[in-house]
Amino acid sequence: MTRPSSGEVLAKSAPSGLGRILDHRVLLSIAVLALLPWLLPSKALAVNVLIYGVVVMGYNLLFGYTGLLSFGQAAFFGAGAYFTGIAIGRYGVPWFAAVPIAVLLSTGLAALIGVVSTRTRGIYFSMVTLALAQLVYYVALQAASFTGGENGLRGFTVDRISLFGLQVNFLDPVNKYYVLMGFAGLAMWFQSRILNSPFGAVIEAIRENEQRARACGYDVERSKLVVFMLSGAISSLGGCMLALHLSIVPLDILHYQTSGMIVMMVLLGGARSFFGPFVGAASFLILEDVVSLWTPHWQIFVGAIFVLFVLFLPKGIWGTLLDAIGVGKARQ
Amino acid sequence: MSGELLRAEGIGKRFGGFVALEDITLSFAAGQLTSIIGPNGAGKSTFFNILSGALTPTSGKLHFRGRALNGLPQHRFVHQGISRSYQITNIFPDLSVHENVRVAAQALTVSYDIWRNRARLTELNTRADSALDAVGLLAKRNELAKFLSHGQQRALEIAIALVSEPELLLLDEPTAGMGPEETKDMVALLERLADKRTVLLVEHKMKMVLGLSKRVVVLHHGRLLADGAPYEIRSNPDVRRVYLGQSEGYG
Repeated sequence: MTRPSSGEVLAKSAPSGLGRILDHRVLLSIAVLALLPWLLPSKALAVNVLIYGVVVMGYNLLFGYTGLLSFGQAAFFGAGAYFTGIAIGRYGVPWFAAVPIAVLLSTGLAALIGVVSTRTRGIYFSMVTLALAQLVYYVALQAASFTGGENGLRGFTVDRISLFGLQVNFLDPVNKYYVLMGFAGLAMWFQSRILNSPFGAVIEAIRENEQRARACGYDVERSKLVVFMLSGAISSLGGCMLALHLSIVPLDILHYQTSGMIVMMVLLGGARSFFGPFVGAASFLILEDVVSLWTPHWQIFVGAIFVLFVLFLPKGIWGTLLDAIGVGKARQ
Repeated sequence: MSGELLRAEGIGKRFGGFVALEDITLSFAAGQLTSIIGPNGAGKSTFFNILSGALTPTSGKLHFRGRALNGLPQHRFVHQGISRSYQITNIFPDLSVHENVRVAAQALTVSYDIWRNRARLTELNTRADSALDAVGLLAKRNELAKFLSHGQQRALEIAIALVSEPELLLLDEPTAGMGPEETKDMVALLERLADKRTVLLVEHKMKMVLGLSKRVVVLHHGRLLADGAPYEIRSNPDVRRVYLGQSEGYG
């Protein structure tokens, strides 16, 4: 048998047609998101899909790709929002500087929570992240002079922003959407890079078999801490977007219900798929929108649909769709 | 001994009140295949877990190439040149066969790089493919590991251990659960491996061990019972009493 060179084998394995198009996942995702405001019933809903999509995408890195079920992702979503609001409102930092500062500070928070939680495994990891995220919630509740406590953080409004010398009215929903889409695009590009990187291979190996990954020579605990921080950083960017969008930060976004919603969104859309988080965020928010029109008990219906998904479509909407058109395996 | 690679000095391991290993002193020379045998519960797996860093001995010292290994976390053992396979197949089931080996090759050089595209690290790809070639799995490189047959998965695990170019390869029952055909393939593979590197083998199949090994170490109740060439082991009365007598013809 002549041994094929690895180039030949790679060429044989390269997906053709549709698969090749899907290789440009970041550009494709941005193209779809660019159409979103014109497809959804309201611009406000489209902005929320962007924001939650980014938060859930960051979470997907931790849950979908590394296999760590955290119930505390709201802490970083909230941290991004609060740090942005506090930087702008209290310290007069311009918005474009407030965002990276908030992401850095949130990553620091993720390091603190990660150092404690990544030492535990399974249900203990879930519980520790839940408890520490609730701790962040209560700190935000008590430190009212900084955070506005129960009333949420107010007093910072970004109404006009200048982009490359161009004055943009940020109160206009379309302008707002496309500015925030820029952030989402940045987050997607960053996440895609991580997934394609050597470290992206390490987290998948840890998800698949922690013991083997360790025996291969990886420091599993440290790798988990790193991915926990990266995941927190990306989710916190969603928080920054929320703060810019609402001009207030409601205390609720730190609550564990938000963490639970993030978990539901990733499972609805499809964990371990690149665009799944946006599909999950969109489905969840549309469902909430539609069902809450005719009953205040919308959560019953969303919950029931969620159960059906877990039972019958464990790969979520997007993951199942990719499988159906035959590129799911190639994607993973 | 000249060319000594690994030395275990008075290794002991207790789990609570249970003594799994007691006072094991052994030296392994570079470049030969040694088998560790013994009845169930003899302490073979415990000894292996200590040699690969998965367990810390309660007493005693390990020296590898003259360097003490005590206190080193498990993931550093590979970086020292000690690599292992497991008794129960231990692979990355949902990754491709190629990626299983590629990610193992990567551990020695890049772990925390979140920037470069791993598809462009061609040297790692080539190394992974040649390790797959060595165990006869190159044709299966693009399949998911979970779809391989049992024997192929065992071979894949050896490729995973092999790709780090270990100086010491620890194989824990590589033929466990295999039929005669698969066992034959595996024995051929082990013979090829033993040509080039130091291999320590834990095995149950007696005939296979005696045929393959240059040296056989027998453990019994956590203690060293015998140590010598296969023909010495075969005629050792203690070994016959505790082990061979009950399982000769086995495998």
